[in-house]
Amino acid sequence: MPHDSHDHDHTDPPSDLTLRVKALETALTRKGYVAPEAIDAVIDTFENKVGPRNGAKVVAKAWSDPDFKQRLLDDASAACAELGFAGQQGEQLKAVENTEDVHNMVVCTLCSCYPWPVLGLPPSWYKSHAYRSRSVIEPRAVLEEFGVSIHEEKEVRVWDSTAELRYLVLPARPDGTDGLSEDALADLVSRDSMIGTGVASAG
Amino acid sequence: MSASDPQSFTDFLPKTEGEPIFAEPWQAQAFALTVTLHKNGVFSWDEWAETLGAEIAKDKDANGVADGTNYYALWLGALERLVTHKGATSAADLAALKDAWKENYLATPHGQPIPEPRS
Repeated sequence: MPHDSHDHDHTDPPSDLTLRVKALETALTRKGYVAPEAIDAVIDTFENKVGPRNGAKVVAKAWSDPDFKQRLLDDASAACAELGFAGQQGEQLKAVENTEDVHNMVVCTLCSCYPWPVLGLPPSWYKSHAYRSRSVIEPRAVLEEFGVSIHEEKEVRVWDSTAELRYLVLPARPDGTDGLSEDALADLVSRDSMIGTGVASAG
Repeated sequence: MSASDPQSFTDFLPKTEGEPIFAEPWQAQAFALTVTLHKNGVFSWDEWAETLGAEIAKDKDANGVADGTNYYALWLGALERLVTHKGATSAADLAALKDAWKENYLATPHGQPIPEPRS
């Protein structure tokens, strides 16, 4: 129905889901559990301030600075906090390094635990039942579907995230990138390469 | 599930990284509400992950979160369940507020701000 044929003495209510969220927010605000401004601040942070570029900076620094890389592998939460990327849920972050012998990939089989401070919010496929169930059963087949072929002699390690422990894959530095600045290196680091469903590439 | 399963997640694989993180505003609201409630000590992140995991597992038996699109609907259900379980609000209060919001939309001329329901 064209909009202008509507009566103008009312407003069409939003979706049922929207009304449920509004009811929750109203109820919890009135009881003093949340302040609307705090909710808006969280939305702003996740839409504008956190995302995979944070993780890419961490990876580029690890590629460029061996001391930082060691700190990252020893205690990723502390190393990322050095760059200002700290968790809000009190969770620990562990960095797992891709090497000549090992390829790492990350999943959350329970729900969708994800290293928000360094990667932002997960892509929709990360939350899908197919990815959550198949990654542990047939990781190589899943990787093939992402266009990532892992040599059969290389070990594929699948890390199952939890509420307390999240993982960040440290991808291998692409060949032919000697002398690039950290900023230039960060541009080579895709989100998927830090989940392990992609690789960093020089282009 | 096999690699040839037509419901393979690659059917909806975003190959670009530019996808919006929230498809609709209510998803952002539900997400931010959860993060804020946790920060304010209403529940632990463990309790949240367990509740969300249970909602997702329950749904899988019915229709499946195969494509991830109903993920935030499950998220919202989990949040309602957890805050009522914690006694922060009640299912009856939520239902009443939802109806009140809807009535206020219907009673407000188009283009004007919707008043919050009376407490």
